Amino acid sequence: MYPDQASNFAPQVDALMTFLILVTVFFTVAITAAVVWFMVKYRRQHADEIGVPIHGDLRLEAAWIVVPSIIALAMFAWGAVVYVDYRHTPADTLDIYVVGKQWMWKIQQPNGKREINELHVPIGRDVKLILASEDVIHDFFVPAFRVKMDVVPGRYNTMWFRPTKAGHYKFFCAQYCGTSHANMIGYVTVMEPPEYAAWLSGSQEDSNPIASGEKLFSEKACVTCHVSNGTGRAPSLNGVFGGTVKLADGSTVTADEAYIRESILAPNAKIVAGYQPLMPSFQGQLSEDQILSLTAYIKSLQSQPVPTTGAGVIPTGKK
Amino acid sequence: MATTPPVSPPSGPQLPKTHYLNATYGIRSWLLTTDHKRIGLLYLATVTFFFFVGGIFATMIRIHLLTPEGYLVTPETYNKLFTMHGVAMIFFFLIPSIPAVLGNFLIPLMIGAKDVAFPKLNLLSYYIYVTGGCFVLYSFSTGGLDTGWTFYTPLSSVYSNSAVTPAVIGIFINGFSSIITGMNFVVTIHTMRAPGLTWFRLPLFVWAQYATSIIFILGTPVIAITLLLAGLERMFHLGFFNPAFGGDPILFQHLFWFYSHPAVYIMILPAMGVVSEIIPTFARKPIFGYAFIAGSSIAIAVIGFVVWAHHMFLTGQSTYSALAFSLLSYLVAIPSAVKVFNWTSTLYKGSISYETPMLYALGFIGLFLIGGLTGLFLACLGTDIHIHDTYFVVAHFHYIMVGGAVMGYVGGLHFWWPKITGKLYPEYLARAAAVILFIGFNLTFFPQFVLGYLGMPRRYHNYPPEFQVLNVMSTAGASILALGYLLPMIYLTWSMRYGRVAGANPWPATGLEWKTASPPPTENFDVTPEVDWEPYDYKNRPDLGLVPPALAPAHGDD
Repeated sequence: MYPDQASNFAPQVDALMTFLILVTVFFTVAITAAVVWFMVKYRRQHADEIGVPIHGDLRLEAAWIVVPSIIALAMFAWGAVVYVDYRHTPADTLDIYVVGKQWMWKIQQPNGKREINELHVPIGRDVKLILASEDVIHDFFVPAFRVKMDVVPGRYNTMWFRPTKAGHYKFFCAQYCGTSHANMIGYVTVMEPPEYAAWLSGSQEDSNPIASGEKLFSEKACVTCHVSNGTGRAPSLNGVFGGTVKLADGSTVTADEAYIRESILAPNAKIVAGYQPLMPSFQGQLSEDQILSLTAYIKSLQSQPVPTTGAGVIPTGKK
Repeated sequence: MATTPPVSPPSGPQLPKTHYLNATYGIRSWLLTTDHKRIGLLYLATVTFFFFVGGIFATMIRIHLLTPEGYLVTPETYNKLFTMHGVAMIFFFLIPSIPAVLGNFLIPLMIGAKDVAFPKLNLLSYYIYVTGGCFVLYSFSTGGLDTGWTFYTPLSSVYSNSAVTPAVIGIFINGFSSIITGMNFVVTIHTMRAPGLTWFRLPLFVWAQYATSIIFILGTPVIAITLLLAGLERMFHLGFFNPAFGGDPILFQHLFWFYSHPAVYIMILPAMGVVSEIIPTFARKPIFGYAFIAGSSIAIAVIGFVVWAHHMFLTGQSTYSALAFSLLSYLVAIPSAVKVFNWTSTLYKGSISYETPMLYALGFIGLFLIGGLTGLFLACLGTDIHIHDTYFVVAHFHYIMVGGAVMGYVGGLHFWWPKITGKLYPEYLARAAAVILFIGFNLTFFPQFVLGYLGMPRRYHNYPPEFQVLNVMSTAGASILALGYLLPMIYLTWSMRYGRVAGANPWPATGLEWKTASPPPTENFDVTPEVDWEPYDYKNRPDLGLVPPALAPAHGDD
């Protein structure tokens, strides 16, 4: 029943969990069995009967104060050992900056490479995350690593872990932070160190621009706001390319490649009517290849059905 | 109530001719009453209303979570639903439920007094509660609020676009109701006990209410001030909690939990008091370790004030602070364990029967056991790193607050219903409802422990598809649970008019409240009672009409 174990803390937390489960199941079963046994054995035999007047027993009271106290101390001590280890960051860590904002994670690798809702880390290195928030309190939670830490505005918190198993693991925002709290989700990719080094220095190639554009569209979290059915916080992009877009200042613009590029790199330059200027700039975070791929993907949405509300384009009536 | 008692068998018990329900008539005689029993019933009606409101929100939450992408409502609406569910249930149902309904009705009866010490303040306390409730309902109906019942800043004080201000004002006002009620109970218990009713002859329900009242008086001002500060930051941008204004968001959490953790004991202590009354009654023997159960209530109330930062192990607080609060949290578990051991031992060599209140009390032990023991996982620093803010926490506190506090409240209502109304409810239907509640509750909340360990965070309006099966189980359980709550609402209401007449002491139980008629007269007792018996003593109480054990046939060897 335990989730993936992918960090140094996972086996520690799970072992502690197993200990706690064993102790508590033992007490639950023992007390329930006693209650059920007494219920059956001492059930009322006839209507006027009363019980034996027993008022208590000091030795028993002492026993069930002292024994649970000792067990509780053991639980406390073991828990403290794991926690102190977690709160004491070792020297020589790989430092990665994590910024939470409503409602996305912006991550920066030591060499400056940026990611959104993605975190790449190498196996076997002690990784320290330096956590900051732009607005409210968030919480960076990686269940497969058994670690989390609040991301508090006005201060830096840190957390650390050592990934132990390659793979793709979800991370969540665990501190309620407003409307799209449940969409502040991303993936940690744990890689072999050489792969990580290669990933860090280059950008992956992908032959089909539409397919890689679609992948980028979800990796960069565009999809969380630009929802295709028009219910998102940003307009649907279905049918936008080649169409006419109405802007907040009342003017209109034809959606061509230049407009799409500008909207990705300088989103506040032209705001679609009816929407807020919420989108962050992706300047410096996308290679030219990636912008081309995204543009190719958005062009491919031309044939998709345009929603009646939340469309980014003025409906032509033909579709 | 009917003006004439309904027909009952000539040999059976009769309703008294005049009692507190029919002594005076008209809407004014209820709304302006200073009779603690009528005020208790006013509270009963109002907390039931809020339970219903909170229950509707809970129903919508569970339906919404049937599918990973969210089945019913938009994200904004979902966030409002769980916030309003929490606010309605905690501040306007759970906190006033046992203290204000059963406490008001029973404390004067149990100590042989005519009323509480300050009857007019008691009525004022009710109207303060209603006023606070109106502000909160105004917030709910003008768009609702989406901050979570914890009102964490700066989300609540700056970023939320919902109706936070009226809700905060409502909870602020409601706090004074708790403070006045707590003070009233403390003074009543100190000064108005009947002759012979020493502290160690008090029913354990009264001890529990006394401990609860201490928390009311000491804790409630803190939450009132805290929410006031958050409201001022929201309205006037005064910098208390938002770092952009120079405040500290963690300060809010310290202040909030300084009240809201003890508030958990406000909810559970009275329920423990109810269980401590029910178990000796249906085992027909003195409670095991009276002084330890009474003392553990006080210990919980006192230690409960110094554990608050165990809600904050992962806010970045210092490691030493976390160690101290973890240790203290383990300390507060001991008196709770002492109670469970004593209740279990009370059953030993009893004469046990299984009427409805006893089923609730036994159910309480089982659910409180799970709720309490899972608290050890959260107090444990190592495991809390993983399960903090997941569904594990949601499951844990529902086991305490619903499995514990609500089971205690509903069990207490059944236990004292014959005293409150003079009528009996349909026994077998009531037993069925208790079993349905127990099953429905476990099916709803047990899967959430697993969900939490698998990593599902709280307050998610959609979730990864691998969590769906457990969520569907939980929703299925919730529909059984809903049936378990609707049944008592229906048959208890029905019994007020059509139930069999109960008589003064139907169980029979040993407390003073059972020495007067059911329903009691307005002044409670015709003459001031004198107490010359020890609590829960069946052996030396010939007035109960039961046989001492020496004369009863011995138990078999089974």
